[in-house]
Amino acid sequence: MATLHTRSAARLMIAPSVLLLLAWMIVPLSMTIYFSLLRYNLLMPGMEEFAGLSNYTYFLTDPAFFQAIFNTLAIVLGVLFITVAGGIALALLLDQPMFGQGIVRILVIAPFLIMPTVAALVWKNMFMNPVNGLFAWLAKLVGLQPFDFLANAPLFSIILIVAWQWLPFATLILLTALQSLDEEQKEAAQMDGAGAWSRFIYLVLPHLSRAITVVILIQTIFLLSVFAEILVTTNGGPGTQSTNLTFLVYAQALLQFDVGGASAGGIIAVILANIVAIFLMRMIGKTLEA
Amino acid sequence: MARNVSTRRKLLTTAAAWTIGILIFFPILWTFLTSFKTEAQAIASPPAFLFFDWTVQNYFEVQSRSDYFKHFMNSVVISFGSTLLGLMIAVPSAWAMAFAPTKRTKDVLMWMLSTKMMPPVGVLVPLYLMFRNTGLLDTRVGLVLVLMLINLPIIIWMLYTYFKEIPGEILEAARMDGASLAKEIIYVLTPMAIPGIASTFLLNIILAWNEAFWTLNLSAARAAPLTAFIASYSSPEGLFYAKLSAASTMAIAPILILGWFSQKQLVRGLTFGAVK
Repeated sequence: MATLHTRSAARLMIAPSVLLLLAWMIVPLSMTIYFSLLRYNLLMPGMEEFAGLSNYTYFLTDPAFFQAIFNTLAIVLGVLFITVAGGIALALLLDQPMFGQGIVRILVIAPFLIMPTVAALVWKNMFMNPVNGLFAWLAKLVGLQPFDFLANAPLFSIILIVAWQWLPFATLILLTALQSLDEEQKEAAQMDGAGAWSRFIYLVLPHLSRAITVVILIQTIFLLSVFAEILVTTNGGPGTQSTNLTFLVYAQALLQFDVGGASAGGIIAVILANIVAIFLMRMIGKTLEA
Repeated sequence: MARNVSTRRKLLTTAAAWTIGILIFFPILWTFLTSFKTEAQAIASPPAFLFFDWTVQNYFEVQSRSDYFKHFMNSVVISFGSTLLGLMIAVPSAWAMAFAPTKRTKDVLMWMLSTKMMPPVGVLVPLYLMFRNTGLLDTRVGLVLVLMLINLPIIIWMLYTYFKEIPGEILEAARMDGASLAKEIIYVLTPMAIPGIASTFLLNIILAWNEAFWTLNLSAARAAPLTAFIASYSSPEGLFYAKLSAASTMAIAPILILGWFSQKQLVRGLTFGAVK
């Protein structure tokens, strides 16, 4: 009958995207696993041989690896902290009645629409440059020594740049969620004598919890793989001070041509992302059902 | 009931919000202003904010020196190509999942979302080698394919949440009136689905335009879109602030304008419909 007919038609319509995504997941990933077990360098073609887990031991005993794990987590947590806290504050501010709200909104959203390479280069050269940057000029203005951000605090500087790009995203989503809060509820709480602070803690924050979850989930996906910002500012340096896992694997593969080692690093990155993802999927699974 | 707010408080909020808004926007404004300076003025101390000799020379130089237009066209082809291809594959899928859901639909959707969790470096090496061996490296076709695949889950999710909102009763009503399936799709569903498809399209253009992992790793001279073009300014040309600014302004302007027009859809699309 019709339903049976529709059902097989539906399957046919879903099939292409499922098959494509399945192939996209499985084919390259199994190749990465295979490569990770080989001694395989592009500079020495024809010399591939089975190497067991030595690529993994190489990676896991490399001091740069632990630095990269630390940096990866520092970028994720640092940016999340700045954007969620700042986003809540900004959203609360923008939710108040004011003149020209639409224009302020547009100004605040803008950094999110900027491509990462542009954002990073503008900050690196025109703001953080210790000679010609605006920050150096401001420092001199108040009698301080200009600070070489990317040389002396590379990770912090990258966190700042990335946070600037993602703050609008958090703000926009939290503001949208805030605007769906029932005005009457707020008034009722006010009439019952709840102060601004307890209204925020007991009414606004619970209402925002779903939006905050979503912000954390989506930002984490992207922040685990920050790449362009590092490539054009510090190139992972000085040393490996601002190398995250993504950048480490990139350097191993495309700068040192070590296919085996890079693949092992890639697999470790996948495992790490999965550990994070399990937590997050549980969280979002719950909030999206509701 | 409208909130009673004193004018004074409103003025204070306005001042605070505008100050913060301008501070956040400032790097973009500064880039825009610098693009009209000479190189000497761009690094002048104290910096000139508005009172300098405005010139458009930098824009011409960026074009003549590094062929901006070629990279612009690469960006256009890659972002539009990957988005249109993605929509062609995603529309039927999202459609079927929204109008003929089964017990497993939710699981399939969650699984699709989970593919986004795979970090790109996990598949960088094989993809790079595959592209090298098949001649797809540094081609627009290769980048269209990759960007389509990485954005496909987002496209499907977004379309699904839009299609979900089309009321099923309308279909029943049409069926009762004797409409065939083809007529149902053309006259009833399509008009209701177009706004959702358009929003999905816009958001994905933005995402693809700004994508900067695969475009940087899989392209070189020929197929490099604007992301990679700007990255070539990282050193030492980046020290020519005025030219860097002109190139940057041209790279971000189209998307900035597009994004400003689609703020609402941005929220919805990026949160997979969880926040509207």
